Amino acid sequence: MVKWTEEERQTIRSVWEKVDIDETGPQLIARALIVYPWTERYFGTFGDIFTTSAILTNAKVATHGKVVLRALDRAVKNLDNITETYAALSRLHYEKLKVDPDNFRLLADCITITIACKLKAALNPQVQATWQKFLSAVVEAMNNQYK
Amino acid sequence: MSLTAKDKDTVRAFWAKVSGKAEDIGSDALSRMLLVYPQTKTYFSHWKDLSPGSAPVKKHGKTVMSGVGDAVSKIDDLTSGLLSLSELHAFTLRVDPANFKIISHNILVVFAIMFPKDFTPEVHVSMDKFLSALALALAEKYR
Repeated sequence: MVKWTEEERQTIRSVWEKVDIDETGPQLIARALIVYPWTERYFGTFGDIFTTSAILTNAKVATHGKVVLRALDRAVKNLDNITETYAALSRLHYEKLKVDPDNFRLLADCITITIACKLKAALNPQVQATWQKFLSAVVEAMNNQYK
Repeated sequence: MSLTAKDKDTVRAFWAKVSGKAEDIGSDALSRMLLVYPQTKTYFSHWKDLSPGSAPVKKHGKTVMSGVGDAVSKIDDLTSGLLSLSELHAFTLRVDPANFKIISHNILVVFAIMFPKDFTPEVHVSMDKFLSALALALAEKYR
C-alpha cells in the first residue's frame, strides 16, 4: 500500500483543485486519441474519431473525458485506499472492456501533459514528482485485477 | 511509425518557435527527469549536485537540447545523422535505452508548461513521434 506524507496529500489536492473537470476532461481524451491513435479501438461506439477535427468536436469523447476525471477524483479522495477504490473499475476494464493496461500508463502521461498546459510553472519539478507518484498508484490499481 | 512530411513540417515550425529557450527547456526537463524518475540518477553519480537547476544539470540540459536541435536539422535521415551520438551512447555512456522514453516525456511536459497554446495535440503527436525516432536512431549502435 502506498504511503503519503501530509505534504504529498496537500500537493495532490492543490493540483487537483486547479483542474476543471468540464474543461480538462474533453481535452484529455481528445489528446489521447490524437497522440495514441490505436486507442481508437476501445471507442467503437463513439462515431467518427478518425481525424483530429472529428475527435476535437466529438460529444462522446468530451463526455468520456469527464467520466475518467470523475473517477480520478475518487482516487484523490481515497489516497489510502486507491487499490480497493478501483477494484471494480479494474475488473471492468479487464473482463468487459478488454483494455490493454499499457494504455493506462499512456493516459497517465496525457493527464500530466494536459494538466501541465493549465498549471504551467505551478507544476514545478517537486509537484510533478508527487503527482507522478499519485498517477503511478492509480495506474497500478487499474492493473490490479488483470489476472 | 515514421515521420510524415506533415510531421517534419510541424516539428520544424515548433522548433523554430521554441529553440530560443532551448537551454531553459533542457535544464528544466533534466531537473524533472532526475527528481520524478530517481532511477535516472544512477547515471550521474559523478555530479556533485543533482538538484533541479544546479550547475551540472543546466550544463547538461544545454548539451542534450543542442543534440535535439541537431536532430531537427537532420530530420530526413536521423540514423546516419546521429551515428556518432549513437556510438557515444552505446559504447561509452551505455544508457539503457528505456530511459530515452523518460527524458522524452519530460521534454514534452516542459513544452506544455512553457508553450501551452502552441503545444496542441497535433504538435504533441508530431513531437512525440520525432523524439521516438530520435531515440531509435540513438539506440542504433547498441547491438
